[in-house]
Amino acid sequence: MTGDEKHEWAAASTIDVLWVLYDKVLNVTPATADDPDRDRFLLSKGHGPMAYYAVLAEKGFIDESTLDDWTSWDSPLGQHPDRVLVRGAEISSGSLGHGLPIAVGTAIGQRIAGSRGRTFVLVGDGELDEGSNHEAIAVAARLKVANLTAIVIDNQSAMYGWPGGIARRFAVEGWQTAEIDGRDHEAVFTALTAPHDRPYAVVAKIEKGN
Amino acid sequence: MTTMRQAFVETVNDEIAADPRIAVVTAVISSNEFPQENERVVDVGIREQTMVGVASGLALAGLRPVVHSYAPFLVERPYEQIKLDIGHQDVGAVFVSIGASYDDPAWGRTHQSPGDVALFDTLPGWTVHVPGHPDEVTPLLQQALKDDNRVYMRLSLHENTQAYPVGEGFTTVRHGKRGVVLAVGPMLDRVLKAVDSENADVTVLYAATVRPFDATGLRKAVQNTDHADVMVVEPYLEGTSSHLVSETLQQIPHRIRSTGVKRHAELRNYGTAEDHDAAHDLDVVGLGSAVRSFFRG
Repeated sequence: MTGDEKHEWAAASTIDVLWVLYDKVLNVTPATADDPDRDRFLLSKGHGPMAYYAVLAEKGFIDESTLDDWTSWDSPLGQHPDRVLVRGAEISSGSLGHGLPIAVGTAIGQRIAGSRGRTFVLVGDGELDEGSNHEAIAVAARLKVANLTAIVIDNQSAMYGWPGGIARRFAVEGWQTAEIDGRDHEAVFTALTAPHDRPYAVVAKIEKGN
Repeated sequence: MTTMRQAFVETVNDEIAADPRIAVVTAVISSNEFPQENERVVDVGIREQTMVGVASGLALAGLRPVVHSYAPFLVERPYEQIKLDIGHQDVGAVFVSIGASYDDPAWGRTHQSPGDVALFDTLPGWTVHVPGHPDEVTPLLQQALKDDNRVYMRLSLHENTQAYPVGEGFTTVRHGKRGVVLAVGPMLDRVLKAVDSENADVTVLYAATVRPFDATGLRKAVQNTDHADVMVVEPYLEGTSSHLVSETLQQIPHRIRSTGVKRHAELRNYGTAEDHDAAHDLDVVGLGSAVRSFFRG
């Protein structure tokens, strides 16, 4: 453990969604990690990537032995992931509010290429405070980026919360939305595989302290 | 007469029709100049952070994005996105600005960007072009669109009377023995007039590309003079390239005079670009004075 309780809580909040994504939803494997038609998963909430690394190791993207000395000088694994160093990581993240705008561009790029690939991006509810996310929420709907799914881990970290709930913020811009229990694997799977003809936001609630 | 901006638009529109890798991302400014029916032309509205983020995503998906806006909105507002979404993701893009340091100062400080090149200078791996004539824009841009690297091109309403060859390091415009003047982009005509007015026997180098910095070209020019005295005239923040001149000449005792937009105060005057040139001693009179005092004796 890192001794950084906030990052450990961030990892604990995302572990179930990450596992269901990589185990049952994403069309990507270590062998297809460079395939232009792969599904792309962007971890925008780069804080607390221990869960992400664990899933990538379990699925064979990275060597499990690299987990032991993470954050050391020679390790490719840091407190925030670096796509240049981590096989399977689609973006480098850590500074909040970057992943969703990048995901909009990635999804548009897939559409331009005629790819069947989809883009999934995971953001935190606290991260949604960043204004760049609200630019991207609006743009994705206006540009009808239907192959984009944003997963919001709602562990009640936003300083002032969201009036009417997070899903409402996306819905008013024209996104399809769903709210689920972020610990319920079946619910996560059902939500992440639901058909949608516009950008889609899945709010995965995690009870504080759970 | 074609402006640099027109040359940019025409070149991009020619290339986007020919090369399926090229995409354009705008935030309203100039968006109607590009073919809206082309799915590779994306306007995000007035959302500059997302403009850069979307460009990053397009690059990650294999496209070659051209990102365009007025200089302060392209460079200063989304600076962290440029640093992280482009540089740290290790993807390429071509950023093209208009407005320069103060092309239209009647719009006030909000539309001025003398620090743009200095900001790019904090980031590794960027090529920076500062063309001085519309005819230099097209070859620089065509090459940039073919590559996969990170490029910033700074366009201005101010230009020299003639174009020079681009892409091969600094161009020697004039030979002299008293020292070297390095003129960047649109500063060349004024530098030549200032040098003439002072009868200064100096070598004048011209740079339309400032990063990478042509250290070899500068070193050779200095070696062919009697004094290792280098005056740098840049149309943006003064001293932006001084560290590279100093690094280039580190084995040679030398003097540097940095000329550009002054750092000591924020000018709140409106007026014209010529008024601001005079205030920053970037007009012929001011440059002549700098040439006279620096190369005296």
